[in-house]
Amino acid sequence: MARFESVDDVVTRLRGADYLADTGIAGVVFLADRLEKPVLVEGPAGVGKTELAKATATVTGSRLIRLQCYEGLDESKALYEWNYKKQLLRIQSDREHEASWAEVEADIFSEPFLLTRPLLEAIRAEEPIVLLIDEVDRVEVETEALLLEVLSDFQVSIPELGTIKGHQRPRVFLTSNNTRELSEALKRRCLYLHIDYPDIEREREIVRVRVPEIDEDLAGQVASVVRSVRQLDLKKAPSISETIDWARTLLYLGRHEIDAEVLDETLHVLLKYQSDLARAHKELGADRGPGLTTGTTG
Amino acid sequence: MTLRSYNVPGPRPAGVALAEDADMLEVLQGFVHELRLAGLPVSMTENLDAMQAVAHVPISDRAAFRSALAATLVKHHRHQRAFDVLFDVYFSLHGALPADGSGAEAAAEGTGGPPGDGGGAAGELSDEELADLLLAALSSMDRDELRRLAGEAVTRYAGMEPGRPVGGTYYLYRTLRQLDIEGLTARLAALAEASAPTDERDDPLATRIRREEHEQRVRQLRELVEAEIRRRLVADRGVEAMARTLRRPLPEDADFMHASRQEMRELQRAIEPLTRALAARLAQRRRRRHRGQLDFRSTVRHSLSYGGVPAEPKFRHPRPSKPEIMVVADISGSVASFARFTLQFVHAMAGQFSKVRSWVFIDGIDEVTRFFDEADDLTEAVHRVNTDADVVWVDGHSDYGHAFEVFHERHAREVTPKTSLLVLGDARNNYHAPQAWVLEDLRRRGRHVYWLNPEQRGYWDTGDSVIADYAPHCDGVFECRNLRQLQQFVTAVIER
Repeated sequence: MARFESVDDVVTRLRGADYLADTGIAGVVFLADRLEKPVLVEGPAGVGKTELAKATATVTGSRLIRLQCYEGLDESKALYEWNYKKQLLRIQSDREHEASWAEVEADIFSEPFLLTRPLLEAIRAEEPIVLLIDEVDRVEVETEALLLEVLSDFQVSIPELGTIKGHQRPRVFLTSNNTRELSEALKRRCLYLHIDYPDIEREREIVRVRVPEIDEDLAGQVASVVRSVRQLDLKKAPSISETIDWARTLLYLGRHEIDAEVLDETLHVLLKYQSDLARAHKELGADRGPGLTTGTTG
Repeated sequence: MTLRSYNVPGPRPAGVALAEDADMLEVLQGFVHELRLAGLPVSMTENLDAMQAVAHVPISDRAAFRSALAATLVKHHRHQRAFDVLFDVYFSLHGALPADGSGAEAAAEGTGGPPGDGGGAAGELSDEELADLLLAALSSMDRDELRRLAGEAVTRYAGMEPGRPVGGTYYLYRTLRQLDIEGLTARLAALAEASAPTDERDDPLATRIRREEHEQRVRQLRELVEAEIRRRLVADRGVEAMARTLRRPLPEDADFMHASRQEMRELQRAIEPLTRALAARLAQRRRRRHRGQLDFRSTVRHSLSYGGVPAEPKFRHPRPSKPEIMVVADISGSVASFARFTLQFVHAMAGQFSKVRSWVFIDGIDEVTRFFDEADDLTEAVHRVNTDADVVWVDGHSDYGHAFEVFHERHAREVTPKTSLLVLGDARNNYHAPQAWVLEDLRRRGRHVYWLNPEQRGYWDTGDSVIADYAPHCDGVFECRNLRQLQQFVTAVIER
């Protein structure tokens, strides 16, 4: 599997997967590769946290295994579970053959009756793996402890089968939307990466990479208007994915220039709350009412 | 290795990477120690991680080096700022400055060379020429050139004297005033407007975007100047002294009553994720505290997996009752920002309570729940509380007694056994009658009465503070000087 040579190498290769990383992001990805540590990625929704894991999987030729977290996620959904129903059938079909309990037991607690879940799958994999534990802030503290155990040793003990140890350390990404404070113990074991909204140059590049048909000028305009919108006091600032959607919308509409009229028609692609829309219309002068007062001087 | 042994051994020529690993580790230890002094919780493991990390990333690649340290040492985004400042202090003398060699000269100058020499060709420039060059660099956004010019401007205008015990802000202010940074922005705008296509000149949207771009660039220039001044101060005074002058409380530790405007802004930013995190945790705790009734249908359904034996009982999701909150806040001058904050905090968590109502008072009292119901966002609501609430009765000096009496007269009947009453204020009553019987009565009617006092505990009951009169009638009186204490209080109350 291809390891990263340097921070610049990370940038170049991620770019090949259409992911534009700044030095901060690339630096952490590189370090994670060297120190073999999981990366905890935090940031507002829609800045490309999950994308980063996917892009890393692509450029390192790894398989992506994803564990989507939710409240109530437990061991049986994250790690492994015995297939009760199949075991039951097995026992019932055995009744005629008079097999001893020891035989049956050895039989029903074996591979074919094991349902592997993402974590176990990642540990047992032979090929390079990127393990994405998405929205880890949604699980309860107890489940977090389970994750901790797996992440620090990369081994799992199944009482009936013994300890299963990984052949290699997968690259691990945990993402969090910060709906709760993660435990210090988890944070200690991870490298921490906070991804924020990109600066204007990077956002322009992202738009150009993800929407290749767009011309440079329009991409620049898109990025500057989005920056302007983000500076307003909003409930939910537009994310990168929304910026990209907006750029696509403009293309479909055949617009090459953003003016108040276009903005008025398409702002709802960027902003999802009525109050945010109203505020943006007011502040950016997008409703073209008489007596505009925004920015009278240069 | 002792933790505090690090001192800068005189100015070190910049541009030379740290020679030995041992040296590096020592700098790192000093840095980690300073982070801990600033309040960042850096654990032993993280410290070791950082040491490993620097072995993989050369210090000459500053951006990567910074991100490597941040990734291992900073695990909360709101601590990033404190980290950045300290990083600049500790490593401004180490590692190559990008692109040019003038860093070495500048560092040498900072330690006492006569102003004006060094800096190469820029030395012979007049002030106007320097301004012109800056303008050109700003409009083409040539960062290297900007950095060089920022250095030149500091040499020329800051008038830095070695050993003089003034803060960096003083030099920053001098430099920026001499540079006429506002004039520069205006000239930049004029330049851009002249080159813009005619149809865009009056377009408000285009104008707004141009203006923001200029502000952004000038802000960058300002940051460069600031970094340059800081670097020279470090060279002059040593790392530890600088780190000490720059030490600021973390947003969650900033005192409500004495926060600067900058700190207030940071608090504002910190409060939103904190409330969200707290609300989520409380919701979860409440849901999981006890299980609901047995769910017979579900139990039978699941028993099929065990051949009809109900081996795994299933329970319904509990529907816990939520408390009802009434907030009564003193918003007179001294405690206004605290009250504003707490109101915002409580209303941001409104989803966690069945009902939130709030009143504000000075010597008169007014219900402000309507502002929070009507306004789109909390900041706006809080602003309206400050401007529109009718809180002055006689002279606009706090009168807890009168405010409580009026509250009792109008709303006592609405206080039910489900209600928790939250009083915010320093209990400085200007020697009026405390009317503590009101709280006694309200406590009998309601579920709990809590008092949050933003004053340091040591000042309670000094002067006109009469908190001791009220305390016996409260279920708890809490010192609440910063966001951390506020958060602790809310968690403690809900978990009862």
